[in-house]
Amino acid sequence: MTSPTFQYPAGSAAFPHRGLVGIAGLAPHEIMFLLDEAEQWVQLNRHAQKHRNLLAGLTIINAFFENSTRTLLSFEIAGKRLGADVVNMHAAQSSVKKGETLIDTAMTLNAMHADAIVIRHGSSGAVRLIAGKVDCPVLNAGDGQHEHPTQALLDALTIRHAKRAFNGLTVTICGDILHSRVARSNILCLTSLGADVRVCAPPALMPEAIEAMNVTPFHDFDAALAGADVVMMLRLQLERMQGQFIPSPREYRHLYGLTLDRLERAAPDALVMHPGPMNRGVEIDSNVADLVGRSLITRQVEMGVAIRMACLDVLTRKARGLEGWA
Amino acid sequence: MSSVTPLTITGGQLVLPDGGVTPGAIRCVDGHIVALGDVAPQPGDRVHDAAGKVIAPGLVDIGVFAIDKPAFHFGGITRAALMPDQDPPLDVPARVRFAAQSGKPDLWVHPFAAATRDLAGDRLAEIALMRDAGARAIATGRAWIADSGTMLRLLQYAAMLDLVVCTHTEDAGITGCAVATSGEMATRLGLPAAPAAAEALAITRDLALAELAGARIHFRNVTTAAGLDLVRAAKARGVPVTAGVSPAYFMLSDLAMAEFRTFMHLSPPLRSEADRKAVLAAVADGTIDVIGSGHDPRGPEDKRLPFADSEPGMAGAETLLPLTLSLVRDGVITLGRAFALLAANPARLLGVNAGRLEVGAQADLAVIDPDRPWIVDSDKMAASAGNTPFDKQPVQGRVLALFKGGSPVGAKKRAAS
Repeated sequence: MTSPTFQYPAGSAAFPHRGLVGIAGLAPHEIMFLLDEAEQWVQLNRHAQKHRNLLAGLTIINAFFENSTRTLLSFEIAGKRLGADVVNMHAAQSSVKKGETLIDTAMTLNAMHADAIVIRHGSSGAVRLIAGKVDCPVLNAGDGQHEHPTQALLDALTIRHAKRAFNGLTVTICGDILHSRVARSNILCLTSLGADVRVCAPPALMPEAIEAMNVTPFHDFDAALAGADVVMMLRLQLERMQGQFIPSPREYRHLYGLTLDRLERAAPDALVMHPGPMNRGVEIDSNVADLVGRSLITRQVEMGVAIRMACLDVLTRKARGLEGWA
Repeated sequence: MSSVTPLTITGGQLVLPDGGVTPGAIRCVDGHIVALGDVAPQPGDRVHDAAGKVIAPGLVDIGVFAIDKPAFHFGGITRAALMPDQDPPLDVPARVRFAAQSGKPDLWVHPFAAATRDLAGDRLAEIALMRDAGARAIATGRAWIADSGTMLRLLQYAAMLDLVVCTHTEDAGITGCAVATSGEMATRLGLPAAPAAAEALAITRDLALAELAGARIHFRNVTTAAGLDLVRAAKARGVPVTAGVSPAYFMLSDLAMAEFRTFMHLSPPLRSEADRKAVLAAVADGTIDVIGSGHDPRGPEDKRLPFADSEPGMAGAETLLPLTLSLVRDGVITLGRAFALLAANPARLLGVNAGRLEVGAQADLAVIDPDRPWIVDSDKMAASAGNTPFDKQPVQGRVLALFKGGSPVGAKKRAAS
């Protein structure tokens, strides 16, 4: 998997985007380009010496307006392994709490001459809004219920490592689809790469007209699992729910929890994924999450660093004056 | 006695209350229309030549959220019914009295009395006192009154006072914090969304309560096929119900929200294309009685935000006339019907002697070139903010002269432009 699978156009034509706001708007070969670019970082990250000084002298700001542990850490490690100066801004410590508008905060970051800004925000569209106001590339680390593109890319890379191809693959995404930006980005990414995607949720957690995104919706988890090659579980996003969407976690597990028994309904070699954080015993049982050879959950985290290194590298090539990108 | 020079507008096409359009002149004395048709100016009259233009009643705009005189005058609006959603709200007589005086002499503001104190939807406000302070009607404000008992008592009280109740039509339990209509666009954008049926649910309940109370009810924005069917059926069985709509709902669908454009964040939210077509049909068949601007100017502090964090509303006063005239050009309605929707019907709803070209009515008049093209530009609006969903769109129809009570309005500014 280390060699590119496709001959890409030279220079910036391979990825002619200023930033990464979402999977929407990316052509399949542009997604594959990022996956292929990430392979070198997968290899590097497995060595003891994991430093490449590509981004020396560049400043990357991780502006997180919403709490995050794993995504923030992943972006921070990615930037540091490439030699950039990485600064983290947490909303809890920022002037956002003092009433400053999002645009003013963005303009402030811009005035500090960041070379890339990574943004997470609780409102759909917030990252796009900022991207239109700053001079440097903007990477979306999750905006509301809209998109989380690097999560979809790392999931695709994880699947490619395990299954090699996307065509003919059946991927079942089960959980709180309504509130999930991970689901939206994964649907866009996986359908674009040729996989058959099923989504499964109770009616209250299933967005209307989701079938317009080329997926098959299910309410019955057992039916959604039948013959699936990949099962991607999502947690209940209780923090985004206004009102009661399900009667209880216990009842949710009864209908939608991934147990060893349920996993039997999927393909014999079906793989289990979860973007984290997991609620063990609710949407996924511990013996499934930890199932050696079938659970890819820690592999996803590993791929996440590589994907983010690839995104930071590709999106700063113009600023670094790489031939064909400047 | 008279402080106003008598006015005669000559040589235009008169838009008459019966829907007809006829060449003629109109003469006004002491702020009222005294003759129209084949009339000649008298010695000493101010004469305005409207050759080749349309002479129409000044627009009566029901349900504006701000008093924005430059925008209203640009749009030919001589009377505006102000929503009680002010800061502080119009829920006590003193504020109503102040609001009612705030536009005179060249713009008459007809304040809505807040239905409930602080517009909170639970305790009735002092509606009779506010009526006597100048309130022409009652409004629930931006929100629906969720408690059915409160709504019933409000309607009974309004029926006794013979005031119409203007209500918002979205079931609050269904809408919650939604900023969009459920459907493919909201799903792709990941925006909090509620089904369009929230409107039909609210209308169903409020029609039942209005019939029980024998009250007049006006739905400020009816924007869905199901909601319009309910209004149509209620009218057929004789319920005193009227319905309004803003041009955004017959011009745009939820597709316009793509790219999170916050100028498209409206309340109720933009609907599906099928609902948009249903609104057009309802304007054509008479189910819709009023077209209003919903004028709600919002600056960048309210709009330059992520979509769900932005405030709803559009600056609509300047585009109300040209967008309604587009329906005339498209053959949906006649020119006469356009001014019934923009002036006569809203005036009747408020019980004011205006909105019609007839002897004895207030001389609120607009001289209009219905074909004059111009381009909406959010950076160059007369309104106090440029939050129009129609930015950079070419439109046709412009007010050339405006008279409030027979006196010219904003003539200097108009001449300068």
